[in-house]
Amino acid sequence: MSGYLTGVLVVLAFNVMAAYAVYLPLAAGQLNLGIAGFMAIGAYGSAFLTNEYMWPMWAAIPAGALAAGLTGFLIGLPVLRTHGIYFAMATFALGQVISAVFLNLEVVGGAAGYPVTDYAGPNVVFAAAAGVVLLMLYISRTRFALELTAVKSDATVADLLGVPVRGMKVAAFALGAMVAGFGGALYAHHYNFVEAQHFNVLLSVFTVLYVLFGGTQTVWGPLVGAAFFTLVPELLRASDQWRYALFAVFIIVFMAIRPQGLVTAALFRLFRRRAPEASS
Amino acid sequence: MVAQQIVNGLMLGAIYMLVAVAFTLAIGVLNFLNFSLPGLFMAGGMLAFGLMKAGWPFLLAAAGALAAAAFISLLVERFAYRPMQGGDPEVPLVSSLGFLVLLENLMLVQFGSDQQAFPALLPDLNLRLGGLVIGYAQLASLLLSLGLVAVLSFVLAKTAAGRRIRTVAESRETALLMGIDIARLVPQLFVASAALAALAGILFAVNYQQVSPFMGEGVGFKGVAAMIVGGMGSIWGAVLGGLLIGLAEVVSISFIGADVVNITVYGLLLLILIVRPQGLMGRAPSREKL
Repeated sequence: MSGYLTGVLVVLAFNVMAAYAVYLPLAAGQLNLGIAGFMAIGAYGSAFLTNEYMWPMWAAIPAGALAAGLTGFLIGLPVLRTHGIYFAMATFALGQVISAVFLNLEVVGGAAGYPVTDYAGPNVVFAAAAGVVLLMLYISRTRFALELTAVKSDATVADLLGVPVRGMKVAAFALGAMVAGFGGALYAHHYNFVEAQHFNVLLSVFTVLYVLFGGTQTVWGPLVGAAFFTLVPELLRASDQWRYALFAVFIIVFMAIRPQGLVTAALFRLFRRRAPEASS
Repeated sequence: MVAQQIVNGLMLGAIYMLVAVAFTLAIGVLNFLNFSLPGLFMAGGMLAFGLMKAGWPFLLAAAGALAAAAFISLLVERFAYRPMQGGDPEVPLVSSLGFLVLLENLMLVQFGSDQQAFPALLPDLNLRLGGLVIGYAQLASLLLSLGLVAVLSFVLAKTAAGRRIRTVAESRETALLMGIDIARLVPQLFVASAALAALAGILFAVNYQQVSPFMGEGVGFKGVAAMIVGGMGSIWGAVLGGLLIGLAEVVSISFIGADVVNITVYGLLLLILIVRPQGLMGRAPSREKL
């Protein structure tokens, strides 16, 4: 594999992990616009453990993920009192505050950034991303995913049917935060450098873009969306300075034609119906 | 010193206020978090700059920039808002972000990514009041912003057009049944909020004498914060929120340091959302499901 291709695929792997971190709460109807903050917690947390306490990577990265998940859980409790757009804005503010805190923390280098000594190679990143995808595929087949969909579709009915709505929301939010922290921790150890400015609001917002573009109806949407957003700008590289403009036009036109995203449940039904016909 | 910082904060707040009012029009009436508004803010400043570079006088350039922003906003309505009706509320957000990226990159292609110096219109004309120094350009933009907001709030409260808008904000279905031409009203709202955002961009360019293709992001997001702090959908709430955010920003820069701005500004936002989600001046939201 050429260095360039590896580089692109590594970016893809990180984007996929971030996309699933957004997808989990979104499956319960919660738009998390602060995912970059949780990535920062994972990145800085794990980097601090490997740098200062000489933890091995295999322990520090999950620890970073757990720290992000725990923060998500603790902050999710008060923040999830808000709904809809208010919730989205609360997470947005949260993401900004978290990365600003790291920007001012001198123990992790402040604005100058924080070099990380341990290195995780591309294969580790690929394996981790594949693991996240498999975990999501597994979750999508459990009762948990069904209950999340119920909460998203109609929280009142879900409540009447005995689904613990608040618990589901907090769980989805915290799990999403944990996945984000996992991605962030790997990011720190792959690029060997963390700077708070990387985890800005645009990172959060673009990750949401991948997910909505891919479609939130099925578990495959975030994967397809992240792949699309990573690979297509690379393909458009030939047109150089116009590529992001072209890409933006494409997003606008595409969403106007297909507002529910690229991959939908109906698309799957279509394929399933065709398959038996073809075999008979 | 403190008084001077408060004055500076209020001047900056006037810009946030206009952006917040633009957001609040889109959210309060259409329930649409319009992320193209930071792009329109930037387009206002950049286009005014570009037209002035082409030799247009300032007022004409400003008018041209406003007209262009209004036109772009109609495109946003047509391609980002209209096709999404009845879908998930998050979806128009994606396309409006698409417009933000598009506008930024068009300006990037045209003017380059560097910060450009916007010509000073009123060179060094300052009002000295006691120990305070107040730039005339800044004072004029504060007064202009407040005047515009007052007019807007009068229109919303007293005129037939304002009543129509408030009816749509209250309930779209009822508005339709009452015979309100929503298909006409919505583009008008888009033009109004775009004009406010673009005007804020022009005032920002005049006051701080700099423009860049990415100037919309920071200001736009603080405008969103101002809108929420004040109370979504409330015009005077957006005014209060804008001034508060401007103050919080300037005061924390001068007393603690530039790096803590995001902590104070967005910390304030987070605190308000948890303690009083409807904002300082907003009405308690009609209880959503659960």
